[in-house]
Amino acid sequence: MLQYFVRRVLLMIPTLLLVSIVTFIVIQLPPGDYMSTYVARLMEQDGITDRAVIESLRKQYGLDEPQYIQYFKWVTRLLQGNWGRSFEWNRPVKELIGSRIAYTFAISLLTMLIGWAIAFPVGIYSAIKQYSLGDYVFTGISFIGMGTPDFLLALVFLYAVYKLFGYNAAGLFSPGFEEAPWSMAKFVDLLKHLWVPLLILGISGTAGLIRTMRANLLDELHKPYVTTARAKGLAEGRVIMKYPVRVALNPFVSTVGWALPGLISGTTIVGIVLGLPTNGPLLLRALQSQDMYLAGSFILILSTLTVIGTFLSDLLLAWLDPRIRLA
Amino acid sequence: MTIREPEISEAPEVVGAPPTTSEEKVYVASQWQLMWWRFRKHKMAGVGGVVLIIFYTLAIFCEFFAPFDPLKFDSRLVFAPPQAIRLRSVQGTWHWPPFIYGVKQQIDPVSYRRTYVADTSKVYNVRLFARGDPYKLWGLIPSTIHLLGTEGNAGPMYLIGTDRMGRDMLSRLIYGARISLSIGLVGVFLSLIVGILIGGFSGYYGGIFDIIAQRIIEFLRSVPTLPLWMALSAAVPPFWPPLQVYFGITLVLSLIGWTGMARVVRGKFMALREEDFVMAAKLAGSSEFRIVTRHMVPSFLSHIIASVTLSIPGMILGETSLSFLGVGLRPPVISWGVMLQEGQNLATVALSPWLLVPGLAVIATVLCFNFLGDGLRDAADPYSR
Repeated sequence: MLQYFVRRVLLMIPTLLLVSIVTFIVIQLPPGDYMSTYVARLMEQDGITDRAVIESLRKQYGLDEPQYIQYFKWVTRLLQGNWGRSFEWNRPVKELIGSRIAYTFAISLLTMLIGWAIAFPVGIYSAIKQYSLGDYVFTGISFIGMGTPDFLLALVFLYAVYKLFGYNAAGLFSPGFEEAPWSMAKFVDLLKHLWVPLLILGISGTAGLIRTMRANLLDELHKPYVTTARAKGLAEGRVIMKYPVRVALNPFVSTVGWALPGLISGTTIVGIVLGLPTNGPLLLRALQSQDMYLAGSFILILSTLTVIGTFLSDLLLAWLDPRIRLA
Repeated sequence: MTIREPEISEAPEVVGAPPTTSEEKVYVASQWQLMWWRFRKHKMAGVGGVVLIIFYTLAIFCEFFAPFDPLKFDSRLVFAPPQAIRLRSVQGTWHWPPFIYGVKQQIDPVSYRRTYVADTSKVYNVRLFARGDPYKLWGLIPSTIHLLGTEGNAGPMYLIGTDRMGRDMLSRLIYGARISLSIGLVGVFLSLIVGILIGGFSGYYGGIFDIIAQRIIEFLRSVPTLPLWMALSAAVPPFWPPLQVYFGITLVLSLIGWTGMARVVRGKFMALREEDFVMAAKLAGSSEFRIVTRHMVPSFLSHIIASVTLSIPGMILGETSLSFLGVGLRPPVISWGVMLQEGQNLATVALSPWLLVPGLAVIATVLCFNFLGDGLRDAADPYSR
């Protein structure tokens, strides 16, 4: 186990290095840089066309140096805990992401828990009662859930809430409550908005989970060891929960680590449609305006979290399943 | 929304034994025949397949099926609601051929809100194969015949309403199908080629190539899909011509798509390498190329087809989402995602809900591909149980 652990940790180092290089390449891909956009805007507004001003601006932001030097500077500063400044917001990247991370985290975590709480029992039910009416209903719902783009779901929900209850559920607070100090009224207002993204994200996330759980369990249900357990006289509920369900959970455990980056980015599209104060909209904006430190930090954080998440998954899997640990 | 395509090994559901009228028939049936029998058991897969054929036919001949030129706009009829083709007039008299009423604009004297009502004084007959806006089928064959139109192309006929510039939503939807439906196919085709090449090499030869390929695949799969897609599509320069943007976005979509394909192919190659029939072919002196193309590929081709079908919806959803966010395809290109971008906020959607119709088309397409893929996956291995 210890050897396995050490090997996995060592493997993470080159992967992370690769991640940082790829991230840097990706954010450098668009033609031009933030300065060219910025300069274009300056020219429009103030009529500044002086090349010297532009050059000094580029120098100030280190955009005149060769790419590999920019990369090394970027990585060194990252390692020192300096994530750079956002060009567009003119604020430290850390502060920008940090200010939104609480809501992002809360919403993602809540939906994930709700999703699992629904998906596991439903998936198990669907598999045990295969081809029953309930199975067909859940299968139908989950197929539609998987086929619907979540931004569409968000729009339809906004529309439905507006028609049925007569208020705009976008954002997390109604206008006027955003800056207000916490009070009972503000809390109620939050609840009035919060259930919409939770439901939408819950639906789209749950659908896939139900299908996977059902398929995994169906694979296991007809194996001889289940018959053996039954033959020994175990109660049916115990037979199912103790053996096949445990095995069917393996594929989940191996991807549970990917939930980690999901906690930061999970609400991307829905967040944009619903105008949530989460990280998703910030990332989109940063990508569009080539705000390279902000976008870069984002992608880097996400990728790093994935690498760490995969690592945690593998550890969990090894702990759960002796076949992997001992192999 | 999970954009990661479903793995091929996800749900080998048993549909029951292959249908047998007589035992012998099964024994002598070819592999493809067995598959066909098994596929037929899947009702939903059949329905999905038929609907998809209809959709693709519409897309291929979109110039003919669309009632209007998708770029033609009518500034007097912006956000006009869907009109109905009627057989009965408001006075209660039957009328043949079917007809459509004109549209009248009314402006609310208080709120200045524009509303449209049917102008019952104007009646336009609806005809099949009517003469309408001129077009060139596939940019080659000039014609003016549309499947549906009003007599003499005289009246408005906006069956699912108009958008913010007064363009016919139905025509745009049908034209959009060409882009939205083909991007999945082209993307899958690209990822299939790369996937088979890399997956095949690493599965057949193994060794250092396999290790490197697996590392790269693992890495690409681990990065969250949507942010990566967003980052890459944001990198597609805005000044590119539409066709180039289209291929750029397709490339972005297949960048992750090929990894799934490569995994499936690699797994299959590794399993088949050890099979007796491969050994037999080797002993019989077949060349390596012959072994791969004659013996190995046919035995997992069905598997590949199923997994390809299941990865198309992911690409279609990807295009839709990216275009919706404004980092994918851009106007004047017409795709379902671009169309949905118009209904981006509650105010628009609340006033003109028909702007979301392209979303229904997306859902229907994705559902059909999922059903079809499920059926194909079950049929892919006719010897299981």
